Amino acid sequence: MAHLPRRTHSILLILSIQICFSTIFAVFGSVFQEEFSEELLLKPLPDRKVLAHFHFETTAPPLSTSHGRHHHLFPKAIAQLVRKFHVKEMELSFTQGRWNYDRWGGFDPISSSNAKPPGVELWAVFDVPKDQVDASWKNLTHTLSGLFCASINFLESSTTYSAHEWGFHPSSGGLRYGTLPREAVCTENLTPWLKLLPCRDKAGLSALLDRPSIYRGFYHSQRLHLTSSEFHSSGVESGIVLEQALTVVLQHNSHKMSKTFSSETKLQPSWSLSSIFGRKVTGRCVLAKTSNVYLQLERGLVTELENLQKDNMITGPDHVGSGGLKDNPGFELSVRPEKIFNEVNSLHRKSSSVLYEYSIERYSVFEPFDLGLTWKFPVVWSCPQAPLHSSRFLMGSGNQRGTIAISFISTGLEEGFLSANIGEESCKLQADIFQVVPWYIKVYYHTLRVFVDGQPEAITNVVEKMHVSPSEDKVSPGVMELVLKFPCAVKSAALTLEFDKGFLHIDEYPPDANQGFDIPSAVIIFPNFQTSMHYLEDNSSNKSPMLSKFQEKSPVLSYTEVLLVPLTTPDFSMPYNVITITCTVFALYFGSLLNVLRRRVGEEERILKNSASKKAGRLPQLLSRLSAKLRGKEWEPPQSPSTSSSFISSKLILKVLIVAGVAVFWQYYSE
Amino acid sequence: MGDSESESEAPKVKLRPIVRLGMFLISHSHLLSVVCCTAGVLTLLLLPLLAKNTYISENALMPGSANPMLSSQEVSEANGLVKDLTNLDLKPMASGIESQRLIAQYMSNLGAEVSFQKFYPQSNQFHPLHFFSSPDSATIRENISCSSFGLNTVGIIRAPRGDGKEAIVLVTPYNSEKIGLGEALSLGIAYSVFSLLTRVTWLAKDIIWVVADSKYGEYAAVDAWLRDYYIPVFSGLGTQYAEMCHGLEENTITERNMRDGFKRAGTMAAALVIKVVDRSEQFEDSLSIYAEASNGQMPNLDLINIVNYLAVHRQGLRIKVEKMWSLLNCKWLMILGEILESLGHLAKSLNPQWKFGIPAADYVEGTATLASSLYYQALGIPTGPHGAFRDYQVDAITLEISSRVSSNNKGRQNDFLLRGGRLIEGVIRSVNNLLEKFHQSFFLYLLTSPSKFLSVGVYMIAFALLVASLPMVAASLYAHANNLDPSFEKNKSNHPASAANELGITLRSWKWLYAAKKVLVVHLWGAVVLLLPYFICQIPNCTPTTSFVVWVLLSIFSLLILFWILGSPFYYVNASQPQQREWALLKSVTISAAFIGLCLMSVINFATAEIGALLMVPMCLMAHPLKLDVKSRKLRKFSRVACNLALGFIGFPPTAFLVFKGVFEGFDGISVSDFWNWLESIWAWSSATYLYIGMIHLPCWILCIHVILHPC
Repeated sequence: MAHLPRRTHSILLILSIQICFSTIFAVFGSVFQEEFSEELLLKPLPDRKVLAHFHFETTAPPLSTSHGRHHHLFPKAIAQLVRKFHVKEMELSFTQGRWNYDRWGGFDPISSSNAKPPGVELWAVFDVPKDQVDASWKNLTHTLSGLFCASINFLESSTTYSAHEWGFHPSSGGLRYGTLPREAVCTENLTPWLKLLPCRDKAGLSALLDRPSIYRGFYHSQRLHLTSSEFHSSGVESGIVLEQALTVVLQHNSHKMSKTFSSETKLQPSWSLSSIFGRKVTGRCVLAKTSNVYLQLERGLVTELENLQKDNMITGPDHVGSGGLKDNPGFELSVRPEKIFNEVNSLHRKSSSVLYEYSIERYSVFEPFDLGLTWKFPVVWSCPQAPLHSSRFLMGSGNQRGTIAISFISTGLEEGFLSANIGEESCKLQADIFQVVPWYIKVYYHTLRVFVDGQPEAITNVVEKMHVSPSEDKVSPGVMELVLKFPCAVKSAALTLEFDKGFLHIDEYPPDANQGFDIPSAVIIFPNFQTSMHYLEDNSSNKSPMLSKFQEKSPVLSYTEVLLVPLTTPDFSMPYNVITITCTVFALYFGSLLNVLRRRVGEEERILKNSASKKAGRLPQLLSRLSAKLRGKEWEPPQSPSTSSSFISSKLILKVLIVAGVAVFWQYYSE
Repeated sequence: MGDSESESEAPKVKLRPIVRLGMFLISHSHLLSVVCCTAGVLTLLLLPLLAKNTYISENALMPGSANPMLSSQEVSEANGLVKDLTNLDLKPMASGIESQRLIAQYMSNLGAEVSFQKFYPQSNQFHPLHFFSSPDSATIRENISCSSFGLNTVGIIRAPRGDGKEAIVLVTPYNSEKIGLGEALSLGIAYSVFSLLTRVTWLAKDIIWVVADSKYGEYAAVDAWLRDYYIPVFSGLGTQYAEMCHGLEENTITERNMRDGFKRAGTMAAALVIKVVDRSEQFEDSLSIYAEASNGQMPNLDLINIVNYLAVHRQGLRIKVEKMWSLLNCKWLMILGEILESLGHLAKSLNPQWKFGIPAADYVEGTATLASSLYYQALGIPTGPHGAFRDYQVDAITLEISSRVSSNNKGRQNDFLLRGGRLIEGVIRSVNNLLEKFHQSFFLYLLTSPSKFLSVGVYMIAFALLVASLPMVAASLYAHANNLDPSFEKNKSNHPASAANELGITLRSWKWLYAAKKVLVVHLWGAVVLLLPYFICQIPNCTPTTSFVVWVLLSIFSLLILFWILGSPFYYVNASQPQQREWALLKSVTISAAFIGLCLMSVINFATAEIGALLMVPMCLMAHPLKLDVKSRKLRKFSRVACNLALGFIGFPPTAFLVFKGVFEGFDGISVSDFWNWLESIWAWSSATYLYIGMIHLPCWILCIHVILHPC
């Protein structure tokens, strides 16, 4: 092994020389080189908050063309993990807070790929034979658990993950999906995530990540997405692509609620990088190929701004035209953008979203980059919504049974999209549901009922395709995958499923069992609606990885709420009571058993008869006669009187008196 | 009954101490029953002495560990709302939903999600088949008129870093048609807390603020909202009535909120109902806590403890719980208290470690509180809108803050809002700290003061003592009735046993079945009596008095019909059997039935069983045929006759109710219609007490009267 490093060194040296001296070689080399790019997208949100989306992408060339197992940018831990477990694709996300689909949008690439359920979500596709998938998954969870300081290893148990056919991800076979809704996300998960970056958080855009300010935000989701084509299953060899994204929703730090309720629309708070992060960008990560900051203005906002511009035409006649809103009246930017992109979209004729690009290569410690946005006029807009707003909730009360309901409400904003299809007779709105339910929630899938616009519908009318694998106690969760087709004019729809609450064994209860048990988020996918944002770029050669990611067509996807089901929990102080009761029962049992064993029946009967005859009570006499008759013997009158009974009673009284005297004595002296 | 059976098989087990003990108890049952009964009543009177101080059992709550963040800034905002609301009220031409819209505007300005919930009032109808099940919301909407609806305004703050699985509910009922100052102030308090909570960083659970439109009753509004929250109806009118009755679509925000429909936020951890009454207090602001929900269910004691702790130690409010005011001036109670106090002093002088005496005044107050606590639990009617939450297993209490605010004193009002707001903030913060749901502290308790409670282990003693004498007496009566049999005596004197005699013994031992049949028939009649009000309610234009009279007549009629159909069991047995044992057996079976009934009821609603036992146990134990007593012409027997008559009088439910009402509230203006109204309220709230009265108490009373008037 000793000769290996030397060889890589020499190859690296040669490569670097080639890059320096020959442009042709440089172009050739870059194809096979590891690359890193960092990008930050900022987007003002309608509810006075700012979305910051960090996107880091590291690529490693395929093993065949790279330098063996050695990397100079790509994190070795990830590469090893990919090679060891034959991971074809994997996504791990840590999320705190909830994505507000109403206010922050549900119909753009950011929301459908970066809005994640609270806690940890992990899915992975393995390129191994079917029988080895579970083993690979278990190993992967343990590795990731160690790598990210999180309890991902709890996903190892077969009750927490599920395999499914087609509901969640198109690539079927070898896919495993698991979530941990209760996992708390903290800096100790972020630090190992940042360690995967070549510059960590010491330089470049990641230096903005001031822990207190990003964890003070309203939403925080760190995501790690991995694609590899190492294993020759797909024809294209692109090596490993590691995509790390951090999405945070922040609010201006020093902002205080405006107290004037009289004004209908308030001025949006002005912000800058330093006011939301508390830091400025002091230069790029030198290892990064591209490091850009983008500011995105949404379609709705652009429309509003254009309206505003039209109103102000008289005062400001310099209309920029389709080039963008360079001198728009709505807001002011502290730094002039280098490039402006307009979205290319045929469907939206009105206006399209605008992207401002800043390259931070020319900024340094002495001239830090601090983008600021100052609003001049109050603007109210709304984000594009998914065609149906979905929410999931529990119905019923008590510890025995309940109902899971998923309700869809039309957002009414998709009419523009649908108008193209309206000419057709059978305009259908497709929604896929993928839901995993833990085994102790025993869902009766036959109770599935569908309501469309307040009317019960036959399931066959709405459900196009259905795949259900019922839960198995203590083995596997229940998985439901549904393809629903609603009429396009649907206003509201609802699905209900009844369930029984199961009982757990006492050692299966998690800590804080009285809080209740989580049902992980369901995933709602609208496959007919693709989110893709294509920006008109001047030169396509220098393509940004984030923008090309936005261009990819992916279906609109949203997660529902995590549900909390209160189950019957035992009184956990019960073991003490149980021990006491068990001991009592045992004592009674053994006592009576010993009593029976050491008893001599014949002897006792004789004594009983004697005493009975001695007392000559009417009732006992009668009873002994009755018993004699029952046994079929001749009843004989009692003969020998016993002398001991009075003696025993006097002795007993004496004993009691002595004990009482001792007790009194003790009490008196202990005072 | 078990004891009497084991007695018959005595030959084998005669020497067993447990059997001997049983026989001893049965043979001394007269003395023991007297001792047990008096001990039971005495323990009940001693209960205020045995009360323990409350303590916060769940450590995670940590009440008062953080400084209140509510400042005068929020209070001044809240003042704005109060002023706007009162101005709105002064305005003559305000449309029905003006105030809701104003509140919604305020809420959405804070950044909360606002939604409206429309509901239609429903009359409390007695449905015998739906007695235990909650009413189905689909069946109720028969006659919806668009003019009469209530509109709840619901605002939700999503916890910024929470996962949205749990929520805390704030409820402020107010009458949207006429907003009083108290209601405006309660909205102000809730608003100040709400506006603070939109900014705080520590929030882990979502906050739901329900502004309940109490036009048709506070409970109805809260209940309607909860029903939509927990058992929504997807089909039929449920989702469409919003479109049917339009009238809200004006500005865009409201329209949007209406369209988005019902908003939800996870499992409810706790609910607080805030009310302000402008009962002018003379000295200081005070806070009343109402906790009783339907069928005597109580919220977790920890919830009351936090409120009590924060109100007393942080905000300096005086805490009150409901009391029987008339008991406070009771002479004999005062004397009893003084006796107990002096006993306590005596005990203390003997041994300084014995501390059980409490001051006489405290004792009287504790007894009054205990009595009211028992009464409201026994009634089974929730004492406020919080009762609706308990039906869905959510812990909830009503906080009624009474102020000495006069409407013109601005500074005083600010101070009041600040203190009320800080109290609510503290409670919410405590509940927010809670990781699990309330489970640490007691659910079964009685309060003797806001900071003293009696747990189930203590107050069970009184009931157990009262009830313990019943099986003993039943067994002894049974044994006695069998022993008194003349043929039995004969059998003993000449001992060659024949087969015919044995058959006689077997027949005799099954004789109680006749009595049991009779008891069963009377209990069946009780069930019939329970169902009668359903039909009486169908009669139009009925005053309570006439309904009551009709009910009594129908009951008697049905009793007669039952006996006619079932072959008049009253006189069926008597022809062949001696009368003397007949009544004893009947009494024995009656007592057993009463025992079983009381024990069952104590599981469902303890307080009802306790009060019922107080009335029923002496009556059942004393019942003795008048004829036998009158014949003997002794003073002791005459006193028994008097006792029997008095207990029989007080044991009849209507007379018991009227007598107690008269004692506590004065006898003037009492009529039988009061009883009907009371009963109507009980069944309207589907309280188990109604079942108890009809199925256990009334049949036992009838049977006791039958024993008393037995023709021996």
